[in-house]
Amino acid sequence: MQILVCSGTGCNASSSRTIVERLREALRAAGLERDVEAIATGCFGFCEKGPVVKIIPDNTFYVQVAPEDAAEIVAEHIVGSRRVERLLYRDPKDGRRVSDSKHMDFYKKQLRVALRNCGFIDPENIDEYIARDGYAALARCLTERTPDDVIGEIERSGLRGRGGGGFPTGLKWKLTSRSRAGRKYVVCNADEGDPGAFMDRSIMEGDPHSIIEAMEICGYGIGADVGLVYIRAEYPLAVRRLRTAIAQAEACGLLGERVFGTEFSFRIEIRYGAGAFVCGEETALIRSMEGRRGEPTMKPPFPAEAGYLECPTNVNNVETLASVPVIITRGAEWFASIGTERSKGTKVFALAGKINNVGLIEVPMGTTLREVIYEIGGGIKNGKRFKAVQTGGPSGGCLTEKHLDTPIDFDNLVAAGSMMGSGGMIVMDEDDCMVAVAKFYLDFIVEESCGKCTPCRVGNKRLSEILEKITAGKASMDDLEQLRILSGVIKDTALCGLGQTSPNPVISTLEHFYDEYVAHVADKCCPAKRCKPLLTYYINPEICVGCTVCSRNCPADAVVGERKKPHVINPALCVRCGTCIEKCRFKAIGVK
Amino acid sequence: MSGYKIACDKLKELDAICEEFGDRPGELINILHRAQDRFGYLPEEVQRVIARRLGIPAAKVYGVVTFYSFFTMTPKGEHPVSVCMGTACYVRGAEKVLDEFRRLLKIDVGQTTADNKFSLSSLRCVGACGLAPVVMIGKKVYGQVVPDDVERILRELDGDRC
Repeated sequence: MQILVCSGTGCNASSSRTIVERLREALRAAGLERDVEAIATGCFGFCEKGPVVKIIPDNTFYVQVAPEDAAEIVAEHIVGSRRVERLLYRDPKDGRRVSDSKHMDFYKKQLRVALRNCGFIDPENIDEYIARDGYAALARCLTERTPDDVIGEIERSGLRGRGGGGFPTGLKWKLTSRSRAGRKYVVCNADEGDPGAFMDRSIMEGDPHSIIEAMEICGYGIGADVGLVYIRAEYPLAVRRLRTAIAQAEACGLLGERVFGTEFSFRIEIRYGAGAFVCGEETALIRSMEGRRGEPTMKPPFPAEAGYLECPTNVNNVETLASVPVIITRGAEWFASIGTERSKGTKVFALAGKINNVGLIEVPMGTTLREVIYEIGGGIKNGKRFKAVQTGGPSGGCLTEKHLDTPIDFDNLVAAGSMMGSGGMIVMDEDDCMVAVAKFYLDFIVEESCGKCTPCRVGNKRLSEILEKITAGKASMDDLEQLRILSGVIKDTALCGLGQTSPNPVISTLEHFYDEYVAHVADKCCPAKRCKPLLTYYINPEICVGCTVCSRNCPADAVVGERKKPHVINPALCVRCGTCIEKCRFKAIGVK
Repeated sequence: MSGYKIACDKLKELDAICEEFGDRPGELINILHRAQDRFGYLPEEVQRVIARRLGIPAAKVYGVVTFYSFFTMTPKGEHPVSVCMGTACYVRGAEKVLDEFRRLLKIDVGQTTADNKFSLSSLRCVGACGLAPVVMIGKKVYGQVVPDDVERILRELDGDRC
């Protein structure tokens, strides 16, 4: 029997480490430490209700567990064979407790390929990875296959880059393998920069060996003997687990000189990012690894010809690599049987925002947004109305209700005006102002633009200024036209992928939420009531009892009135902070 | 080159750090990470020592330091407060949380309080979106923070404040 405790960054922040210790203490006290193991695993994906504890083999799924619950779990569940009812997940639809993960809507539609080991194994123990077919794919490649066979297998699988672009992985490997002789490099792009996406972090924290194995397979395929992992410095736990995994693999002879006793040698080094979104772009990433400013360069030459230190370099994203070993062990045909015509396999999405089940999910390509948001995600928080889902991070776009039944794959998302990106999905409800959201992304881009090319450096700044005018109620209809024209110019003329896609949030919100822009510009009002300068606070004199709570709490002394008589808000003084609404017990204050 | 903020003997530690990375200019970012770990920030003199040691212009080091948001040239407070402004946190109200920190600490993003106790910054996604909005203070992660929590958090760290 095993007790698995999620120790990804999210659950760790809510003391999952202490839970493991307490469980072990309780097991020792009960004399069960030999029969039952308490294991700290990678992310289960169900971050909304963390910390999560799962009991194997019966799959009992406990949520929001506190260290104090450890003794009860051991006494009741392990010793007494009775589930601890109060810790079971409660289905939001009917309020019933769900006994195990197999019966949770969150897991029913999922198919875990890249995340196959996350939440099942102890990421700091190589034996557990090996026990689940770990390094078997590498062994098979090195002893039974030629490098060309390996590349062929990946090509046939139809695997495409999971980091954003969707470039066919097998083709990338082939191009790098054909490049002139000399030193070559395999680079793992772990600079996960999209705000709201955390799949790469979870894979590195939960299954670091899969990345090592995949990099070696790639190295064998393209003829490289050095691998570099470029990882964000903001991910300390992932860095630590990766380092541990590298040391363990080296100690077992699965990494280093003459792997599996063959001629193949491979070593892996870690390089740190330092907080620059543009470094997720492969040419910028390569500059950064060379110790320079992370500015993108023109393509061609592609990294496959001249990358790191001018040597042929193959750059793959973490999630892409995580799918590689399982393609080798189960075969390209198996992988290609999942998904849609041109997007094979599965995709990991990070569900976040105004959704009930925030977390990490993996579904076959071709699953619809409706299935993801309403079935797996459990619908919109607090019963509000769905408004939009933002996919693809700052370079992506917003999809609306009419896209809910579109099967998700690389091409459909682009056709709908967004993109797959790394797989962040931020769900927004009726309270979110789409102009403010577009401005939020633009501000992010302005901050992260590397400054090398003018369209991105200056153009996005201008876009942001126009959006500022709109949200302040100072814009005219000409500004909307200007916004559209300038977005098009940036898209056509920026140097790198980041710049070319940077106006996407503006373009897609202009297309799908034009009415909302017009409301800001022509009617000077914000339908979602988010843009402060456009709001007017008022007190309903029929409800107000004159309790004076609002006037006492108002930081600007904008509320006036006599005791026990209806109060009024002076709009000239009001700073629109919302304090009065929060404090009023009679719901007498409104916004228009 | 007057007004050194860091004593000369401490600057010698930089030589050891550079040496560990083989004095290779390609390792500049790794070296800067280590130097910032050691000193808390990267003032001009630190950058000059590293530049000389690696045999590259100080301007190049400065260019790299200012390019990456992780590196800072101003010392952080004893409790560096970072409010996550990733999208998930943003739509769940991170802006209001940041405003509350601004109001109570009386500093803006990128500044440090006069007593060097707190500094305030916003950061990109920490990948704990399930806990949004997220605030990191030092290495500790605070999840599902609402503006009303801010005063309590600050008081926990520094009894005299608020």
